[in-house]
Amino acid sequence: MSDSNRPVLEVENLHTVIATQRGTFDVVDQVSFRLEAGETLGIVGESGSGKSMTGLSLLGLVPKPAASVVGGRVLLDGEDLRSKSEAELRQVRGRKISMILQDPQTSLNPAFTIGNQLLEALQVHERDSRQSLRQRAIQALRQVRVAAPERRVHDYPHQMSGGMKQRVVGAIAISCAPRVIIADEPTTSLDVTIQAQYLKLLEDLQRETGLALIFITHDFGIVARICQHLLVMYAGRIVEAGPVREIFNRPSHPYTRALLASVPTVERKVDRLPSIEGQPPPLHDLPKGCRFAPRCGFAETRCHEAYPGHSAGRSGHPRHIVNCWRAEEI
Amino acid sequence: MGDAAPLLEVRELTRHFRVGKAQVRAVDGVSFAVAPGDTLALVGESGCGKTTTARLILQLDEPTAGEIRLDGRDLRQLDRAGLRQFRNDVQAVFQDPWSSLNPRMRVREIVAETLICNQRLGRKELDRQVDAALTAVGLRPDHARNYPHEFSGGQRQRVAIASALISRPRLLVLDEPVSALDVSIRSQIMNLFKDLQAEFGMSYVIVAHDLGTTRYMADQIAVMYLGRIVEIGPSEEIFEAPKHPYTKALLAAALPSHPDTPHDREELAGEIPSPLEPPPGCHFHPRCPAFIGPVCETDYPDLDPVEGAGARRVACHLYRGAAVG
Amino acid sequence: MPPPAGGVARGSGRSFGLASRYPLVPITILMIVLVIPSFFADLIAPHDPYAASVPNRLEPPVFAGGTWEFPLGTDRLGRDILSRTIHGAKYALSISLVGIFLGTILGTAVGLAAGYFRGWTDRIVMRVVDVSFALPSILLALALAAAFGSSFEGVIFVVVFVLWSYFARQVRGEVLSLRERDFVARARVAGAGHGRIIFRHILPNVMNTVIVLATLQIGVVIILEASLSFLGIGIPRPTPAWGLLVADGRALVVSAWWVSLIPGLAILLTVLSVNLFGDWLRDRLDPKLRQR
Repeated sequence: MSDSNRPVLEVENLHTVIATQRGTFDVVDQVSFRLEAGETLGIVGESGSGKSMTGLSLLGLVPKPAASVVGGRVLLDGEDLRSKSEAELRQVRGRKISMILQDPQTSLNPAFTIGNQLLEALQVHERDSRQSLRQRAIQALRQVRVAAPERRVHDYPHQMSGGMKQRVVGAIAISCAPRVIIADEPTTSLDVTIQAQYLKLLEDLQRETGLALIFITHDFGIVARICQHLLVMYAGRIVEAGPVREIFNRPSHPYTRALLASVPTVERKVDRLPSIEGQPPPLHDLPKGCRFAPRCGFAETRCHEAYPGHSAGRSGHPRHIVNCWRAEEI
Repeated sequence: MGDAAPLLEVRELTRHFRVGKAQVRAVDGVSFAVAPGDTLALVGESGCGKTTTARLILQLDEPTAGEIRLDGRDLRQLDRAGLRQFRNDVQAVFQDPWSSLNPRMRVREIVAETLICNQRLGRKELDRQVDAALTAVGLRPDHARNYPHEFSGGQRQRVAIASALISRPRLLVLDEPVSALDVSIRSQIMNLFKDLQAEFGMSYVIVAHDLGTTRYMADQIAVMYLGRIVEIGPSEEIFEAPKHPYTKALLAAALPSHPDTPHDREELAGEIPSPLEPPPGCHFHPRCPAFIGPVCETDYPDLDPVEGAGARRVACHLYRGAAVG
Repeated sequence: MPPPAGGVARGSGRSFGLASRYPLVPITILMIVLVIPSFFADLIAPHDPYAASVPNRLEPPVFAGGTWEFPLGTDRLGRDILSRTIHGAKYALSISLVGIFLGTILGTAVGLAAGYFRGWTDRIVMRVVDVSFALPSILLALALAAAFGSSFEGVIFVVVFVLWSYFARQVRGEVLSLRERDFVARARVAGAGHGRIIFRHILPNVMNTVIVLATLQIGVVIILEASLSFLGIGIPRPTPAWGLLVADGRALVVSAWWVSLIPGLAILLTVLSVNLFGDWLRDRLDPKLRQR
């Protein structure tokens, strides 16, 4: 395999558990995927699906001591992050892989100017004169389309709108030119028109820098808008994965199908949306077989007894896979 | 919206807040009407005044000016009995079922609250009505004994709906009723609202930021920007052919339902101005892609009917020449 | 490198069993030092706490060369220190209970009113709270003692005066955030009046805080009572209040250290246990308050 088509990030059998008063449970289980430069991967799921935990597990940032990553490999440019010490990981975080969280309010420190926060992020990884780091901070703000960055570096977070703050968080994330950014619901707190601007910005940045993006969301609209690949997670596991277009055209897992059908669209009026009965299972009471089986209209005996393995998705695309016993029949 | 006798009528509703020395015109001369059995959605982004409008209708807040009429009766002139009837007639479901149910109360008391406060009923009758309300929203009567934390988010929202239903209201105000719920639960709850409306003939006023939800639920929509309605009319007409530049931009910014849906429509530049200092003239003019001249900077356009746009009214100078009536 | 899955569960707190579910040590100490002596002082005290016996004055405790007749020694007048300390528990407990009960009710009521109605009610109440925080309790006690002489009621008054403002401030803060919660808005939409909202919706949600705060104040009150008595402006002599017992030994710390040390230890153990119990209670009750 030549260097050029080696994936930036390759995750194999990621396994994260969380200890609670009721015992220890899998929050992320058998999660594998690959991500190439310039690609955007969406991870879609509901609360408790493990989508956010997957993001945190990649960076070794799961909430300790309750949660811990207990298995799998996370290869970033061929290096396994799981075998690195905490000190080595700190060198990787921010410089090679960084993260944008949902709420810009909590990502920024209210006591410092945004210029200072950018400088701090840069200083962790770069040895350079203060003057040139300052220039790079301003450059990062310019990249995220903050107007008049020379003046805005002196602003405090409370002087900015939510959308602007999220841009600053983005500027911090890209300041050290990482290879991968994990964005966990970064637009959930933004207004519709501001969200559209932000998604456009991320796309532009990607085109300019060849950044790979992991976009964690509950919203299929965002996936349709900016992702090329998709993982659908349910109760800690991947139920379906593949290119976005193939999954939207031929959703193969009953959960994906039902979920896609149940989202109302702005493009046309539907008389009645189909809905999925029941609710996602609690972590401490996962079904023995397929985790969606209790809510699935197609479930049969074997679905309740054992977890299904991979099979090809209905699109026939080589990267489209689905974890369903009845994938071929339905 | 030309129905003879609207259930809810809002006229020139205004609510100003003082923030230090400045004044925020959170709601600034909003008028609309809701017919019996109809659903009106208030849509817009933060600071547009949709939530304040909902709170004013619910009498959780007092208007600075303007009037709200239910069945033609001005709410300011209600006597004690009238107010009690109003509390039976108008109910609400809030966004976050984790915050809207008292964690220290059993479901029975939560659901029965309106009856406890406004009607003198015996314990037996109360229990019977709680049972009926829980059943109507798809819960079991024995859930009445439980506390809210024993339920999932979707079930909690059902409890909240049951409590809103129990007094047989004629108007429900729904403040982002599904946005705090999991995706797979949302359509359950939206369908429940539709079924209940078909069964009981209630009117809904929905506050929502998600346009997909709005299109699914609403018969009429009112698009708001910085305290004012910029476009109002039948939902389908507006979604099919938006007139106001802001409505157009809002719809263009909505997320697509399929990766092949084209999204290369014009992107709205700039941020939403602070409601502390709304731009003079048309509030939207600094961001407006259809800006036509100085008139936009000086005069706020009236909300007028527009030719070729059915029952719709639009507040934009673009259509002024074409205005009818 | 990664810990085995089984290794993670060990820290989960399950295996600690009874000890982690109930703070057995503090509860046991409280029972032995405070509660049982308060109720059964006459049964378990070996001597009359007031009975002086000059021949037996300043007997050391049994572990310092004394006799079993006076296991923890005697004071200057030959009174049995064990008996006096046992009887002292009564005063510590009754002052804490009565003082905290009254202080809690007053403070909670004021805090509820201030937080719920806001406006001028709130402004007035909070200024009074500020003043009462600024006024030293010792000074107040001195003034009271000067005017009316020292008495049990005077101590209670000082305790209530010190406590109510803590409760008022804490409760007001919680009420301010609770009243903005949607369940209060929902109650108003349902037509609930102020009384129902305050007592059915808000009060039950601040009760946990109030209970925890009240528990943690027991230690404060015991120390306060002891300090006042030590200074001679609390409970009048010859009542064997703990603070007075410590004060009795003040001049003898070098020659007869046990006279002060024994009641001092009783104070220390009680306050420490109460605080440990209070911390446990807070951990136990608070998360449910902010459940989600």
